[in-house]
Amino acid sequence: MSRCAAHTWATEGAPELIELAAQGFLPSFLQQMISGAAAGAVFASLALALVLIYRAMDIANFAQGEMAMFGTFIAYALITGDFGLIGTKLGFLQVHLPFWAAFALAVIVSFALGVLIERVLIRPFEGAPLLTLVIVTLGLFSIVNGTAGLNWGYVFKTFYSPFPSDAFEVGGIFIGKQDVGIIVVTLVVLAIVFVFFRYTRLGLAMRAAALYPEASRLLGVRTSWMLALGWGLAAAVGAVSGMMVAPIVFLDPNMMQSVLLFAFAAAVLGGIESPLGAVVGGIAIGILLALVGTYVPGGQNLRVPFGLLVMVGVLLVRPAGLFGHIEARRV
Amino acid sequence: MKIASRAMALAGALSLSLLACGSQNSSTSTPQTDVGITSTEISLGGIFPVSGSASAYLSVAKGADAYFGYVNDHGGINGRKIKYTVVDDVYLPANTPAKARELVDADKVFAVYGELGTPTNLSVRDYYNQNSVPQMFVFTGSSHWGADYNQFPWTIGWQPDYVTESKIYAKYILQNEPNDKIGILYQNDDYGQDYEKGIKAGLGSKAGSMIVSEATYNAGDPTDMSSQVNKLKASGADTFFVVTTPAYAANAVVNAVKSGWKPKLYMNNVSAATSTWRGIATQLGAGASALDGMITTTYLKDPLDSKYANDAGVKLFKDVMTKYGGTLGGTPCDATGADSFCVSGMASAFTMVDVLKQAGNTMTRKNVMDIAAKKLNETNNPLLLQGIIVKTTATDHFPIQQEQLQKWQTDHWVPFGSVIDARAS
Amino acid sequence: MSRLLAPRNRFNLIAGFVGLVAFFVIPNVTDTFQTFEWAQVAAYAAAIIGLNVLTGYSGQISLGNGAFMAVGSYTTALMTTRLGVPYPVTIPIGALLAFVIGILVGIPALRLRGIYLALATFALALTVTPVLNNFDKFTGGHVGISLKPIHPAFGLPLSNEQWLYFFDWSLVLIVFVPAWLLIRSRTGRAWMAIRDSETAAVANGISLAYYKTLAFGVSAACAGVAGSLLVINIQYAQPDAFSLNLSLQLLIGVVIGGLAYVWGPILGASLAVWLPFFAERALGAKPDIGFGLFLIAVVFFAPNGLAGLIQRVTLRLHRPEGGVVAIPGVMEATPAEADQITT
Repeated sequence: MSRCAAHTWATEGAPELIELAAQGFLPSFLQQMISGAAAGAVFASLALALVLIYRAMDIANFAQGEMAMFGTFIAYALITGDFGLIGTKLGFLQVHLPFWAAFALAVIVSFALGVLIERVLIRPFEGAPLLTLVIVTLGLFSIVNGTAGLNWGYVFKTFYSPFPSDAFEVGGIFIGKQDVGIIVVTLVVLAIVFVFFRYTRLGLAMRAAALYPEASRLLGVRTSWMLALGWGLAAAVGAVSGMMVAPIVFLDPNMMQSVLLFAFAAAVLGGIESPLGAVVGGIAIGILLALVGTYVPGGQNLRVPFGLLVMVGVLLVRPAGLFGHIEARRV
Repeated sequence: MKIASRAMALAGALSLSLLACGSQNSSTSTPQTDVGITSTEISLGGIFPVSGSASAYLSVAKGADAYFGYVNDHGGINGRKIKYTVVDDVYLPANTPAKARELVDADKVFAVYGELGTPTNLSVRDYYNQNSVPQMFVFTGSSHWGADYNQFPWTIGWQPDYVTESKIYAKYILQNEPNDKIGILYQNDDYGQDYEKGIKAGLGSKAGSMIVSEATYNAGDPTDMSSQVNKLKASGADTFFVVTTPAYAANAVVNAVKSGWKPKLYMNNVSAATSTWRGIATQLGAGASALDGMITTTYLKDPLDSKYANDAGVKLFKDVMTKYGGTLGGTPCDATGADSFCVSGMASAFTMVDVLKQAGNTMTRKNVMDIAAKKLNETNNPLLLQGIIVKTTATDHFPIQQEQLQKWQTDHWVPFGSVIDARAS
Repeated sequence: MSRLLAPRNRFNLIAGFVGLVAFFVIPNVTDTFQTFEWAQVAAYAAAIIGLNVLTGYSGQISLGNGAFMAVGSYTTALMTTRLGVPYPVTIPIGALLAFVIGILVGIPALRLRGIYLALATFALALTVTPVLNNFDKFTGGHVGISLKPIHPAFGLPLSNEQWLYFFDWSLVLIVFVPAWLLIRSRTGRAWMAIRDSETAAVANGISLAYYKTLAFGVSAACAGVAGSLLVINIQYAQPDAFSLNLSLQLLIGVVIGGLAYVWGPILGASLAVWLPFFAERALGAKPDIGFGLFLIAVVFFAPNGLAGLIQRVTLRLHRPEGGVVAIPGVMEATPAEADQITT
């Protein structure tokens, strides 16, 4: 383009073009980015739970989503008083807690359940080969899913969202308040986890027990209980994820299954040992999926394969992910 | 039964045993009755998602079974009681064929009734038709059953099919809102395409100009429809056709409201349960007014609607569910009618019983199937809207082709206009 | 000759004989439903034999063998309906195609091990259904492909289900024998060496790349045959059948049957088909909770699966005074026997 033409374009044609783009393309694009980031935040929090368990014992917990779903059901029961089959049998459980109280209680109960599961179902298999542990988590998946289904049935329920469902309007772009809320909550959870591991003695003990079990034991760390705590923490974080996503996808026993596979992709993308990586990976995948869904023809139907393509691609090219350490194999 | 000899030579043993294999054909039937009919019992079978993610649909079987319990208590069918055996395929078409053989060969049912799901029923349609087992009143709105009757005369549907339903919406729009710009969200498979075909056929020559955008998703995808909704909104559509399944429909509408898009809403009947939209309205809070005016069709009475408080049919429903609601096991049907699947189950069971009664003393599979597929003319179904008849003829094998439009108002559906007949189109 | 009558081999001979008798007796004394279910067991057994090769003998975890089954299934479905090819002919073609795809999957899988391989194959399993659904012009999509009804060949006086039964189990034999021969050969020893210690295997000059990808290929070919058999049985191919659930069924089948045991796959397949049936009859619906508990109980009490359990029990009954002498197994070689070795 000659300088003359370029000058003309810049002063005359371009502003209209940019304005047109801003009116048409940009709002839609930004809107997609933000919806995507919010979906990604949900993946991120479940990915965080996966990372916590992986750091503790080197396995991918295929039942993490179900545990998150169960925690969400507990919150649902506390908010609406619908305790399902058990509720009708034990009629006294008629509570109606405000959201954040139910949220806190559900997190605590999930933590306890996580610890319980580790003690009862995982501990007998300490030291077992990987395949055995995979089967155990698959068995756990069935148990948790079946229990929720038996108790509350499979008709999907609406889950109260603590965030208003309308949007901030910024120059033609609608930013959902719920989306923003989800992102904020996820970042807060990440911050708490980070602070816990970095700056508390218990967090230090858990990290030590995962990395150097024998040495930690010699130093008085009860490594077995550290494992249980890891499961409890992961269950608690997972429950947060479930409670953030339930208003969007509606609550039923199978709601976390599609989230789980993107959470795996996020954990792998970010580095399966890195909590920060899990969150970054989650948000990245959420945005990527939204963009693919909108701008790639036919992309809406291929979100699942695309997300998995990302995961496999990362595994092949850089298994350690964005933030992970490349591990030397000990023989 | 002969047992194969324990010969040493493999080849010899193989051929011997092949020749010795006993016949596995069912016994020939006497003129007046058939397999599955005794002097006291009529044995029906059904394959449903008893467990797994689609188990919400089991309520159809529960509603039907409750009605059978009621009929059995009141003289049965010419003195015979109905036994309904329900087995589980977890909604997977890979499981259904084995279950079909279980019902036909191990349980020796007279007919299968009310089976659920399109791919699941398709996977066993060949088997039933080859073995002359009536596959009656399958619970899906696919247009396959009526359209393919000549090839598969042992299979018949019941509920209004999706193509018919879409044509009804199209008819209404052409008459009342001919300048609508329509965006459609549908499932990328046979089910969703039935609706899409129906809308386009119903709009006729105006389809190209009125439909400005389409978005799809695959069944089983994560239920987040935000990118689809954004795409439809960006196209400038002012009318949103949501023809999906409940979870996706709910998500799509919530996304539309959240994003500030306020289109006219058309919701398919499958996703229109009152309880679903009450829940969404609660969740939307102040934004729930966006739901008002949403249009869907119906063909069943809604027991939750106070105007049916004294309706004989609805009263019967409540009675039946209270007394016989739990006969199938698990959580019984809610007698208030909150679960619309229970209602449709009982409505179709009424037709089934009707057909069996009409067969009188000729309780053969052929006779029962003929009545259902060619001679049905039921006007007194207690749970169908007044004016809707269940009718089949030698050339029309779609039993129900009338529906009524209704609008959403705050917390319930309000019917308007008259029952629309799509039989001609 | 004495080796042939050693306890372990005696056990195998007896088991083999019992199996043979059962094979001929079953379709004669059961109704079409049960015969049909046993034909399904055959299809699953073929797939699990393949998975046994991959996971049991070469130590590579795969959560995605259902994808290879899909290759065989759709090859059969498309070739019979679109090209009019007789269904038996489609089976070796499907197996070959699956073999090639297995190799293609095995090559990048070389870079992955342990949980990463599990995750990658998990991803593979999850892509099958959406891809099959999406490219519906080619695959028939969600509504599926119906095959023409299959009747006994050569005009044999059998019911449809009996014919399927014999056809399927013949194919299982055709799959089993080469797999078994491979396992007994140098290839099998190389696989087991890789499974037990990759570093030691490399140090001994075994090519990881060659044997590991070969294992994937063989495993996929077996799964391809199984997929064809499945479609031939039900005469309907539909994407939902190839969800993650199928791959998990195979994995659970191979573990519960007994990894690296010759009879493991057949036991595992039998359980995979019959256990849900009995559970449903007993409890009214397919039980998720019971299933999960059962899984965990089995891997806890019988870490070597049913085959391992049976073998442990029978060998204990047959043990001569001095314990079992360490002979390399004629019919199987598993690390589980290390605890029975005395000198």
